[in-house]
Amino acid sequence: MKVLTANRLSDGIAVWYADGGWAETVGHADLAHDKAAEDRLEAIGAAAYANNEVVDVNLIDVEMVDGLVEPVRLREKIRAAGPTIRTDLGKQASPEAIGA
Amino acid sequence: MYRYDEFDHDFVQARVAEFTDQVERRLSGDITEDQFRPLRLMNGVYLQLHAYMLRIAVPYGTLNSKQMRMLGHIARKYDKGYGHFTTRQNIQFNWPALSDIPAILADLASVEMHAIQTSGNCIRNVTADHFAGAAADEVADPRPYAEILRQWSSVHPEFSFLPRKFKIAVTGAERDRAAIQTHDIGLHLKKNAAGELGFAVYVGGGQGRTPMVARKIRDFLPEADLLSYCTAILRVYNLYGRRDNKYKARIKILVHETGVEEITRQIEAEWQELKDAELKLPEADIEAINAYFAPPTLANRPEGDDLLKQARLDSKNFSQWLDQNVVTHRHPDYAAVTISLKGIGEVPGDATDSQMEAVADIAEKYAFDELRVSHEQNLILPHVARADLKAVYDALVEIGLATANSNLISDIISCPGLDYCALATARSIPIAQEISQRFASLERQREIGELKLKISGCINACGHHHVGHIGILGVEKKGSELYQVTLGGSADENTSVGEIIGRGFSSEEITDAIEQIVDTYLGLRLNPSERFIDAYRRVGPAPFKEALYAGETKAA
Repeated sequence: MKVLTANRLSDGIAVWYADGGWAETVGHADLAHDKAAEDRLEAIGAAAYANNEVVDVNLIDVEMVDGLVEPVRLREKIRAAGPTIRTDLGKQASPEAIGA
Repeated sequence: MYRYDEFDHDFVQARVAEFTDQVERRLSGDITEDQFRPLRLMNGVYLQLHAYMLRIAVPYGTLNSKQMRMLGHIARKYDKGYGHFTTRQNIQFNWPALSDIPAILADLASVEMHAIQTSGNCIRNVTADHFAGAAADEVADPRPYAEILRQWSSVHPEFSFLPRKFKIAVTGAERDRAAIQTHDIGLHLKKNAAGELGFAVYVGGGQGRTPMVARKIRDFLPEADLLSYCTAILRVYNLYGRRDNKYKARIKILVHETGVEEITRQIEAEWQELKDAELKLPEADIEAINAYFAPPTLANRPEGDDLLKQARLDSKNFSQWLDQNVVTHRHPDYAAVTISLKGIGEVPGDATDSQMEAVADIAEKYAFDELRVSHEQNLILPHVARADLKAVYDALVEIGLATANSNLISDIISCPGLDYCALATARSIPIAQEISQRFASLERQREIGELKLKISGCINACGHHHVGHIGILGVEKKGSELYQVTLGGSADENTSVGEIIGRGFSSEEITDAIEQIVDTYLGLRLNPSERFIDAYRRVGPAPFKEALYAGETKAA
């Protein structure tokens, strides 16, 4: 299971593709369950990169935890939450946004 | 200290205007990321995990209070209220928006600062002994030469597209506090028998995935030949350095693969063509640059001795801070002060906006307006009258920066690691914090004595783990963080690369392992003045391996 992630060009903030746009949290990102869906997400990422919306576009492995999308790798978990040593910063600083 | 001349001023302004235009064109979509990426890197802008990162140059680590205040201002206005001082004597901000970077660079230019050549395959910020100009053991201030190298290397057309990045460090004392043997070029400023200034030249040091100690290729290079000789080195590197493999592109690999004798021959041959031409440094130019670095006028302040005697009796904490964070100055009434950015459990090298401003105030009031960033990620007040040390200490206590741990086990170098860095494979800051907390007792740290612990979150070794007395390297193994320990590294005049002691440790195990290593050392040292590194060099890895792994062997 994969989702599409990138960093927004204008401010570099980590974003995930969800519901036709780029969300600032991973929880409700669009899931790709098969190769065809991955290809579709990749095409969306390539188009958004070409259109100068985002940079550093990647498909990442995820799992569902309590109804929310969660990255598998630690690196992506930290990207999705913020620095583990500064829980007052990054996405984790506003938990309501993550659950939203 | 060095002040911009008109050329510097115009050059930096022109660069701000140029990069502002490039950012605008990128944001409007006129240029692609592939086109923009090398341009942003040339101006210190990286993309990390959470956001962009801006690395600002602090030439040879020297700052005045106005510049430090500006860094505080940038932290507050454009970032998230803090900055991270780095092992290259620079500062990084972790959260700037690309769209704000032109404004940040304009603010920096107003105090003669910039982010030029803090990334890319060019000659990076030239670093120097953080006690330069103050140290009692120094032959001469190394910073004028670092400044000459800065001027020569800034947008040098021949050396802007090297095979890989290139780092130069300069020390002016026998006791090397600038880690020159871990640099692409290390320069040791010294005097010959005739009393003339010149340099011992080291080439091919570096860390990363292939750590190497630099080789001395010249024992004495006259100061006038500094630029011609460095040009010869860079020219040989630029011609023959490998461009086929990023991981083999540093000059250390070229020196290793060519052999030190042959590469010295090539450099000397190149130098013969250059040495008597326009790169010879005119004495008047050296003098002019030296004048910029004229030391402050240090009035005699003999009252310091009595004041300190009394203050020591009044406060044990102050007395410990004096012992640990204050070093001898060339003027007997003065001292150089290390402001520890390694509070127990804090993030090594981080300072808040208000701490930066308060430190600037202290420097202005008590330290002739001078500050340094050390490669060990601390700040330095190079010139403080001993009579003012108590006032400085009290001011540092107020802002939480009076931790008396310079050179002790909690004075840890740590890279940002996986908490911020796109290249990292494991976290390093939480490990630093846990070790610092485990050894929180200052009495215990002082009992252990000098111990340099350095942590990197990936093989690129930004946290200098290879040259830590104890080094920790975080890697990713089967999806988890694993920490390898090296022992016996050092980054001084007796530079050595540490040896991997055995299997790695999980994040839960690593602090216990470090404690076991320290306890083993305490048990085997000849006396309290035998430092960890000396004891390790005497006994080798065996007792430490035994302490860490013996149980496993028996169980198996």
